[in-house]
Parts: sequence; C-alpha cells; structure tokens
Amino acid sequence: MISGTSVWRGGVVLIASLLAMPVIVILGFLLVPAGEVWHHLVSTVLPDYVKNSLLLMLGVSIGVLILGVGSAWLTSMCRFPGSRLFEWSLLLPMAMPAYIIAYTYTGLFDFAGPAQSLLREWTGWSYGDYWFPEIRSLEGAAVMLSLVLFPYVYLLSRAAFLGQSLCVLDVSRTLGNGPWRTFFTVALPLARPAIVAGLSLALMETLADYGTVQYFGVATFTTGIFRTWFGLDSTAAAAQLSAVLLLFVFVLVVLERSSRRSARYHHTSQRHQVLRRYPLAGWRGAGAALFCFGILFFGFLLPAGQLLIWAVTTADERLDAQFLSLVWHSLELAGIASLLALALALFLGYGRRLHGNWAVQLAVRIAGMGYAVPGTVIAVGVMIPFAAFDNGLDAWTRSQFGLSTGLLLSGTLAALLFAYLVRFLAVSLQTVEAGLAKIRPSMDEVSRSMGTGAAETVRRVHVPMLKGSLVTALLLVFVDVLKELPATLILRPFNFNTLAVRAYELASDERLADASLASLTIVAVGIVPVILLSRSIGRSRHEQAT
Amino acid sequence: MRIGHLPLGLLLIVSLCLPPLGSAAEEEVNVYSARKENLIKPLLDRFTEETGIQVNLVTGKADALLKRLQSEGKNSPADLLITTDAGRLHRAKASGVTQATRLPGDDERMAGMFRDPEGHWYGLSLRARPILYVRDKVAPAELSTYEALADPQWKKRICIRSSDNIYNQSLVASMIAADGSEKVEAWAKGFVGNFARPPRGGDRDQIKAAAAGVCDIAIANTYYFAAMIDSKDQAQRAAAAKLRVFWPDQAGRGTHVNISGAAVTHSARNRDNAIRLIMFLLNDESQQWYADINGEYPVRPDIPVNPTLEGWGNFRMDTLNLDRLGELNPDAVRLMDRAGWK
Repeated sequence: MISGTSVWRGGVVLIASLLAMPVIVILGFLLVPAGEVWHHLVSTVLPDYVKNSLLLMLGVSIGVLILGVGSAWLTSMCRFPGSRLFEWSLLLPMAMPAYIIAYTYTGLFDFAGPAQSLLREWTGWSYGDYWFPEIRSLEGAAVMLSLVLFPYVYLLSRAAFLGQSLCVLDVSRTLGNGPWRTFFTVALPLARPAIVAGLSLALMETLADYGTVQYFGVATFTTGIFRTWFGLDSTAAAAQLSAVLLLFVFVLVVLERSSRRSARYHHTSQRHQVLRRYPLAGWRGAGAALFCFGILFFGFLLPAGQLLIWAVTTADERLDAQFLSLVWHSLELAGIASLLALALALFLGYGRRLHGNWAVQLAVRIAGMGYAVPGTVIAVGVMIPFAAFDNGLDAWTRSQFGLSTGLLLSGTLAALLFAYLVRFLAVSLQTVEAGLAKIRPSMDEVSRSMGTGAAETVRRVHVPMLKGSLVTALLLVFVDVLKELPATLILRPFNFNTLAVRAYELASDERLADASLASLTIVAVGIVPVILLSRSIGRSRHEQAT
Repeated sequence: MRIGHLPLGLLLIVSLCLPPLGSAAEEEVNVYSARKENLIKPLLDRFTEETGIQVNLVTGKADALLKRLQSEGKNSPADLLITTDAGRLHRAKASGVTQATRLPGDDERMAGMFRDPEGHWYGLSLRARPILYVRDKVAPAELSTYEALADPQWKKRICIRSSDNIYNQSLVASMIAADGSEKVEAWAKGFVGNFARPPRGGDRDQIKAAAAGVCDIAIANTYYFAAMIDSKDQAQRAAAAKLRVFWPDQAGRGTHVNISGAAVTHSARNRDNAIRLIMFLLNDESQQWYADINGEYPVRPDIPVNPTLEGWGNFRMDTLNLDRLGELNPDAVRLMDRAGWK
C-alpha cells in the first residue's frame, strides 16, 4: 500500500516538475542581473504596463460577468423566445480566437472601415465631426476579449445554477423575495465559486493574450515582455517582467482555489426537484431574448459573417490541397494534445484525491500555472531545456560511442505537444478536479464497504459521474490548441503549418480578406466540439431532472 | 481509464512525433524564414524544380527563429536564416549563429552596404521608408527631411505605427547614426507630439487613416503602398490614390532603406546548398519576382524595378551600412520609450 502511495506521489511530483520546467527556466533568468535596463523600464514604461494590464483585467471582468452570468441565469432558469437555442449557441463565441475577432472588428469599424465610411457618406461628415467608439483601444480590447471569453463564465455558472436545489430558491420566493432579490441574495452567492472559477480562467487568458493587445497598440505586460526581450535585447529584464506577470497569475490562482474550497459546503441537499423554468412573457421575454441575441450577434454572427463574406471572395485562390493539410495538422495536434492533457489531468487529479499531501498539493498547483503565461514565453522556456538536453545527450553519445544523436526532441511535434500541455493542462485539470469534487469521499467509502473493489468503484461510481467533466476537459483543450498561435509558430517542425499559422501570416501582413478562409475554418472546426459540449450540458440537465 | 497503460501510450504518441529516420540522404537545404510563407515559398519551389534540392521550411518571427537557432546550437538543423530586416541579421551575426561565406563570382553585383563586410549575410531585396502625403492637403515643397517632421506645423497631422515595430526602430537607429542620441531624442519628443492619434495598426492602416482624413502624412514601407496601389480591392486602391510618395532627405544623407536578407548558419550541414539558394535568390528571375509580386526594389541595380515603383522616381538612399541598424537598435528603443512613443 505504501509503495502504491509513493508511486502516485512520485509520479505527480515528477509530472508537475516537468510541466513547471519552462516557467522555472524563464524565472532562472531572474538571477542574471538586468541592472540598468530594469531601471529604464521602471522609469519609463512599466507604470503603463501595470496600469493597462489592470484596467484590461477590470474591463474583462465586468464584461464576462455581465455577459456570462446574465445569460447563464436566463437560459437555465427562465423560458423565453429562443431560450432553447441560446442554451447551446451562446457557446459559439468560444470557437472564435481573440486575435481573429480583433482583426475582423477592426476591418468593420475602424475609421477607414465600411461602417464609418457609410456613415460619412450618408451624413457628409468628415474626420473630427462626429464621435465613434475607437475599436483599437484599451476599451476595445476589453470588449473583444469579453466577447470571446465570457463562455467560460457562462459554462461554469450555468452548471452551478442547474445544480442548485430548486427548494432553496422556492423557499426564498415563499419568504417574499422577488425574482431579482432571490437571484442576488441566494442564487448568486451559491454559484459564486463556479463564477469565480470561470472568471479566473477568463482573466488568465486575458493576461496571456498577445495578438489582440499588440494589434490594438495597448501596452500590457505581454507586449512589454517582447519589446524588452527583442527590442532591448535583454532576456533578464524580460524575465523580470514575466515574473511580475506570474505574480498576477498567482493571485488569481489563490483566489480561485480559495473560492473553490468554500464550494464544498454548499451542496447540502441530496434531493433535487424537477427544475421548472420561470416563463418570461411580453417585454420581459423580449428583453431576455434580445440580451442573449445581442451577445450571440456581436460575439459570433457578425464576425463569422464578415469572415464568410471575405472567404467567399478569396476562396478559389486559397482553397487547395495544401489547405487540407493545414486542416489535418490542426486537428491532429488538437486531438493528441487534448487526450494527453486529459490523461495527465486524471493522473494528477486522482493523485491529489487519493494520496494528497502538501507536496502533491503544491505540485498540482504549479502544474496549472502555465495557463496564464503567454505562449511565446512558454515556447522559449520549452526550447531552451529541450535543446540543452539534446545537445548534452549528443555530446555524451559522441564521447562514449562516437555516435551523434543530433537533436532528438527539439524541432519535433513532441516539443510542441509538451508546450501545449504546459499551457493548457490547467484547463483540463480544473474541469477534472471539479468533476472529482462532486464525488464525495463518502461515496467511495460506501462502495468499498459494500465489498466493491477499487477498480469496480471507479467503473461503477466514478466513470458515470465523471463522464461529463471528461468530455468537457477534452473539448476545451481541443478548442484551445486549435486556436493556439505563438508556441506553434516557434516550435513547429519543418514544412508543418496549421490553420492558426496560416491565418496569422496573412492577417499580420494586413491581408485580412486572404486570412479569412483559414480563420473561418478554425471557427468552423471549433464549433463541432462546442456543440458536443453544449449537448453534454443539456444531457446533464436532463439527468438531474429525472 | 487504466492508469497503468498511460506511460506506454505516451511513448507511442511521442514516437509518432519523431521525424522519420533515414531521410537525410537526399539533397536538401533547411531554411528558417522570417519572410512569410506566401512571400518565399514560390521561389523555393522554383529552386527545387531547377536544382532537385529539397527545401525544408519553417517560418516565424525573426526573433523567435533566432532564439531557436541559439538554443539549438551546433546541432541546429537550419542551414539558412532569412529575415526581413538588417537589424536581426546583425543580431544573428553578433550572437555567433552565422558563418562567413563567399558567393562565387557574384561580389560586384550588389552594393557593399547591402551585405555584411565579412560575408555573414547578404541582402535579397530592398525597401524604403519614405513620407507619404495626402496630395490635397500637403504641398511637396513643405516637406524636406524626417527631422523636419518634429516642427509644430505638423501638429496632429502625422500617422505612424507603434515603436514596437522593427521598421520604426531601424529608422530611429539610422537617425541616431546620423545625428547622435541627444538630438534624436529631442526630435522624437517633438515628433510624438505631432501624432494625429496614438499609434495603432500596421503600415497599411496609416495609409488608410491618412486617406480617410485622420492625418495628412503617413510613414510606411514602400511595398505596402505599392500593394495597395495594385490591390484587387477597390477601397484600397482608392485610399492609395489620395497619397503621394515624398523621398525625404534628398539633399542630405538620403531616404532610410532596409533589406530582407539571408545568412548561412554556423551549424549548416548543407552549406553548399545554402549558398546555391542565396545565389538563386539573387538571380535575375528571383530579383524580378520580388519586384513584381511584392513591390520591393531589387538589391541588384541592373534589374529593372516594378512600374508602380518606377512611377515614384529615383531617389537617393541613406548609404549607412545596415549593420549599424542592429547595433543601435536597443538605443533606439530606449529613446522612443523616453519620448513616449507608444
């Protein structure tokens, strides 16, 4: 028994330290004095980086909370025109990479774009005569990120609302609280842990975002890191900026964990009543439908429609056999990475559940840190130790056997997949852990005390209860990898391109229309898992109701 | 889920990722390119057709590719590094990942400023960064040098992209080389004060903004402007038609230029093929291709320029050795930070 425990613990710590390696490599540069460059940063641009990053996080928080919690409450508790449709379609914006929605909105609403040009044509105004929201600004970036990141909050808070016992809500109503008061005083506090978990995922993505802020000219930590690293040619100072960024992340992780800890005490009632949805009629129903449609329209229909129009005009040039290989590469990477991430998440999740001591707890936390680190930083953190290992091995085999092994791992898909795991393990880990938390230890005990073996308990108790979480974990990572750009760009092997790489290469050359086919395909491929995901949510609701 | 089978499965998946063994026998050359795929692949395909040498390509951002070269060290599979600015070529040379080569019998075809004095890198194509002005609002006589754009008469009339961009960093580096840090810093403060809006977007965005009335002057690379003039998109053509090219500093050191270029890596195992590829990229057909497809100037003076570019007339270019752009780059970035150039 003891050996079993130590195998688990050893395995968890080993995996976690491997995954932490890239971040540690970067932090290792902290030991290299940056001296005068750091001084320069502090006295010139650092205050801007801090201010803009904080404001962006604040903006995205407000955005995703209003969009995510509002739509989750409406679709899970009320019936109104189209509510069934919105239940799943509100997840669609998730398939839209932030940098692509940013390019699209700029194309549409920038000063020289069709919207403002039309306005000027109709009114005869010219520049300076009228006010129009500036898309490429801090506020614009917050809106773009909110539109594509709110589904995290939607997904998790919806699951929380559906899991709430209706009795509690009914009690609140019979005690004379109106629907709004019930929402704010009962439902919202109960769902808080789930909401905070979704919010922290969205904020980590915000911190890691490079494409959007760079395009919009908003100076944040990520843009600052690259500028310092490459423009000022100072790895040490860039690492120190990364360290400050990690501090932000650490706060988020602690916040999320502490809110999740309190989640355990909320599920007091074992009995669920069939969820009756509150019908919204008249202007209330119309208002609810309009709110949800507005989100869907701006988060998905409008940008996807624009991409479609562009794609149709350029399709004959861009659609060829090469394009199919892009699609295949993207699917291949996303598929393998999501399976690997799920396997690791299960291993870490169970390790923590069954054999958790302080070392295991800490290791699992660290394994999830990579999520908020920009892809480029992770990629460099992967590249350096992998190449060092390859070169070390090569030198050793040369001296021992007179044989050169060359670069074994660097420049292979293995290095790239590893980077994906570092970056996205947090997503599957969070989902799997949330699923495991629903299986109370008392259930294990009951099962085992009835003479059921460990394997049998897993099969008959855990698998059915975890199924939904496993599918969710798989699909979330799949979509994330599909959209991933910076690490793919740096680490991919020769002659290997993905949809995201193609879309970026064209879009960064300001050829938005030519980039649209690849962008649209990312969105279209991403929709499939998103729809599967929403169906699995629908099913879990059904199971709860019976 | 049977945990016991995980390591085996992992091994299997990882082994799938390794490159197939035994493919090294055929003639090949491995290229890390900061030039985007669609702006280099057609030429590489022609090279393979002509020579039978297989070209393996990874594209990416220059800095990242350079980092990859550095960490892979002497075992790096790359034979050739292609970048789209001279600053990065200098940085590659300075960090020791390139080697000196001689191009057989070709030394006279390209001006000395377009290649490394020791032969570590060679220019492939040329681009200039002139002033573009809206012809209804600015008379060319009002324009003279980059330095003169700090004058208060241009208040709220200038569009230029962020100082994150390497072409702006190189421009400022070239000014530091000419005028010295102190003068350029004072200039940058005045120049930033003349911006019509905070910098955002790329070079084409500045041209579009000027055409739409946001500003009267845009600073952009020549190939972006050429691409808009020759665009299939009517809106881009219409925007470009409102602007004209002004070649700054014709009485002084000349207009700032930059190159795309190539360097043979220190670790190159297919060195001869890499040199053949550089030679190919410098031959008449390839040079013509840069001019026709991407609106760039050839680095060889004997190749005719694209008609669109020819319409802008000849100009005197800054003859500073482009190596200096790389050396002065960190200084340029700091200076722009201090001047508040976002």
